[in-house]
Amino acid sequence: MLAVNFLLLAAVLFCIGVFGVIARRNAVMVLMSIELILNAVNLNLIAFALMNNNQEGHVFALYVIAIAAAEVGVGLAMVLMIYRNRKSIALDELSEMKG
Amino acid sequence: MNALILAADNVNVAQNIAFGVIATVMIFAAFSVVTTKNVVHAALYLVVVLAGVAAQYILAAAEFVAVSQVMVYIGAVMVLFLFGIMLTRAQIGKEEGLNNKGWQLGIPVALLLFGLMAYVIVDTFEDQVITEVTPFPTEGIADQVLSPFLVPFLAISFVLLAAAIGAIVLARKD
Repeated sequence: MLAVNFLLLAAVLFCIGVFGVIARRNAVMVLMSIELILNAVNLNLIAFALMNNNQEGHVFALYVIAIAAAEVGVGLAMVLMIYRNRKSIALDELSEMKG
Repeated sequence: MNALILAADNVNVAQNIAFGVIATVMIFAAFSVVTTKNVVHAALYLVVVLAGVAAQYILAAAEFVAVSQVMVYIGAVMVLFLFGIMLTRAQIGKEEGLNNKGWQLGIPVALLLFGLMAYVIVDTFEDQVITEVTPFPTEGIADQVLSPFLVPFLAISFVLLAAAIGAIVLARKD
């Protein structure tokens, strides 16, 4: 099979994730788009492990999965706190820190 | 180009077909995640994408990572997302105002980024063919994690501990 296949699929997923981060207003949806981006990177790591016949990519992918789990936990806790304080999780309303 | 490669020997056709089918489903589901008007549907489409990624890992001979993906993402992260959606009281059904005002800006950014990445990827790996997929033993991962990558492994355990405690502290009521 072609090595390009995996990498192009990962590129498509990454770009869809970037579009989601830019376009979405709901904080939970932005977190979902970030998951798409992290999965695209993981797919790349696995594809490079396969291409170079080297297992280190698998270890990296596992570490990225662990970091992503931590990120989602903290991110959703922050979203819950923001919702409790402001009754809304629309990102464009969080503008107190504007300079 | 693809059809030519498919017809060549020493290329696993079944693997290519499976890749194509899963990739199509994944791209459709990922597109639905960022375009649907229903937050719960977006979460359920994300399950399809994550399961597709796990299937691609199996195609790429990374069984342990695939199992971890299913357990961590589909098992834990999705439940977390659904809790997050329910606790922030998303509307049931269609919801307006899920997108930013200037959301169209995302389309040229994503297309430009994809064009650049596709050009670089195709230019670099154009005719690299993975002829034979040799499965990696899972012991190899254990050997890697517990000797050359031991320090990052310990660091990750501290990060997870800190994240768990931090999430509890942030989400507590008082």
